[in-house]
Amino acid sequence: MNTASTSRYLDSLLQRQPPASSLTWLNELRANAVDRVGALSVPTTRDEDWRFTDISPLTKLSFQPARDAAQLAPATVEQWAITEASARLVFVDGIYAPQHSFNRAGITVENLASGVTRHDAAARAHLGRHAGFERNAFAALNTAFLHDGALIVVPRDMALAAPVHLLCIATRKQTASYPRCLVIAESGSSVTIIEDFVALQDEAYFTNAVTEIALAGNAEMHHVRAQREGAAAFHIANCAVSLAQASRYHSVSVALGARISRHNLGVLLAAEGAECSIDGLALIGGAQLADTHSLIDHALPQGKSRQLHKCIVDGAARAVFNGNIMVRTGAQRTDSSQSSRNLLLSGKARVDTKPQLEIFADDVKCAHGATVGQLDVDEVFYLNSRGLSDTAARNLLTYAFGAEIIGRIGVASLRNRLEQAVLAQTQTAAAGAARES
Amino acid sequence: MIYQDSKTLLAVRGLHATVNGIEILKGLDLTVKSGEVHAIMGPNGSGKSTFAKVLAGHPAYAVSGGAVVFEGGNLFELKPEARARAGVFLGFQYPIEIPGVANSQFLRLAYNTVQAGRGKDELDPLEFDDFVREKMKLLEMNPDFLDRSVNEGFSGGEKKRNEILQMALLEPKLAILDETDSGLDIDALRIVAGGVNQLANKDNAIVLVTHYQRLLNYIVPDYVHVMDAGRIVKTGGKELALELEARGYDWVGAEVKANAGVNA
Repeated sequence: MNTASTSRYLDSLLQRQPPASSLTWLNELRANAVDRVGALSVPTTRDEDWRFTDISPLTKLSFQPARDAAQLAPATVEQWAITEASARLVFVDGIYAPQHSFNRAGITVENLASGVTRHDAAARAHLGRHAGFERNAFAALNTAFLHDGALIVVPRDMALAAPVHLLCIATRKQTASYPRCLVIAESGSSVTIIEDFVALQDEAYFTNAVTEIALAGNAEMHHVRAQREGAAAFHIANCAVSLAQASRYHSVSVALGARISRHNLGVLLAAEGAECSIDGLALIGGAQLADTHSLIDHALPQGKSRQLHKCIVDGAARAVFNGNIMVRTGAQRTDSSQSSRNLLLSGKARVDTKPQLEIFADDVKCAHGATVGQLDVDEVFYLNSRGLSDTAARNLLTYAFGAEIIGRIGVASLRNRLEQAVLAQTQTAAAGAARES
Repeated sequence: MIYQDSKTLLAVRGLHATVNGIEILKGLDLTVKSGEVHAIMGPNGSGKSTFAKVLAGHPAYAVSGGAVVFEGGNLFELKPEARARAGVFLGFQYPIEIPGVANSQFLRLAYNTVQAGRGKDELDPLEFDDFVREKMKLLEMNPDFLDRSVNEGFSGGEKKRNEILQMALLEPKLAILDETDSGLDIDALRIVAGGVNQLANKDNAIVLVTHYQRLLNYIVPDYVHVMDAGRIVKTGGKELALELEARGYDWVGAEVKANAGVNA
């Protein structure tokens, strides 16, 4: 597809924009974003950043924001309840659903459309400042539609143990939703936030999310991302994290759903002694494609980063991982390690993994590596020799491969739920692999 | 221990096996009766570990000749998992690590699978927990090992204890312990051997595959076999192990060659 028609495609997505805000700066931000959408085009596989991910199926379909909120029975929403949660915001096809939301957390957890005026200064200081949209068409599109989403402000020295649950439910086909999430953790605070994408349908729809996270000095955040979109969904997410001095960011992302998903995660270690751990799991089959691009940017000394990304790929599915670790000139005594591990369960499954280290400082400790393989014959035999059938052995090993990541989720109910989902999916996947071998 | 009226558990006749097309076992014969403890010794590359893996059914090893009868049936008709359920157990030289699976989960799955295969009752997690903790005392194992991932981060000695724990749970008729003594310090060796000795009875049999005589100070064999070039070339009592320790393996090979010369 040529540039002219893809840019027209983006224009088609710009229809039905939200009403103007009472805040001038927000209207300006949106107007800038609309301009960028006009100037940018949908990326193609000729763009280095999208080399392995052909997003053109998106452009064959049309999507528009929902006009009104679908009414859901409480029981429908509660099937995704996280019992430990102290606050929950529910969005149905991108529209805030107050009747399903609650906040007992004692901190600001509110929908962005109403919260942004109350927290004008803070929102203005952060919105659009971390997730750049100059060259990112999807971040620009989300910003053009910047209206509702989640605003979370954790006050200074407040340690909130119970998680905050952000639940996005897709119910209608051909719907585009543009969830926006802003998390501001003030100094010394700590918080756990779960971003959860689920669906009640298997038709095509489009989720284009942007999350911005700013951790002040010595703040800590656990961020869990569960992407369990419908089978025909397009899911594109940009997440930008900025870490101040000695702050700590821990992320676990699990991608199970969507026809095509792309997760861009950028973590800027913007001050000394910041730390992050970034763990990811993509478990896909059929004709799914799951792409994770991460950039861990060590800008100042004594930062520490750990990354483990795993893909389990079955059927004719394709996983992409591009993990860039940047160590800038001033970032001495950086301690960084990155590992990409991939399990292919079928002959047609494919993974493209590209760990990248760019080091401009001379006193650093950095390691990275990637493995791609099938289930190990000796591992299967070990379990066979203990009485387990071939299928049971393969199930267990495939499950275990993914469970290492899921196990890092600190919220027990979600962890158990995802473990069950992985178990169910690996049983199907491994049964297929056993037939093939 | 040798019993007068014991049954033959395992009869190996003229066994040949290859790995990657290379013949490693070249006509191996062995008879094991219930109650007995056998030690198979021999230099590196003589085929000891291959023999152990062939009995357990490792897919990389192809049987190219001969027969193995286990409890009256053709062992090679059984898949590896069916052999385990029928009572064949291989204690691995290098137990596999399985990150992401709790040891308790693995042990219970193996136990219940084998129990079900034998038409016996399975245990729920709580019942199994009591049961496995009792068995762990046999090996002086810390219950913490139940919560850790299977063999992950275990020391050599801890892995071998975990192997013998599996033997204790699965109650095999024939336990083949492949280099169970390698990598063990003297305390771990004493504990592991003590566990094996407590599990030995007149209805089961143990085949120890080992390079060194040291293990046999703790688990006393009824028979010591020497393997050379894919066959058992000499069989004796426990004193043979001491002789091998003192004189090495070369003289056995020389004796075999000399005998072959006489026969020719």
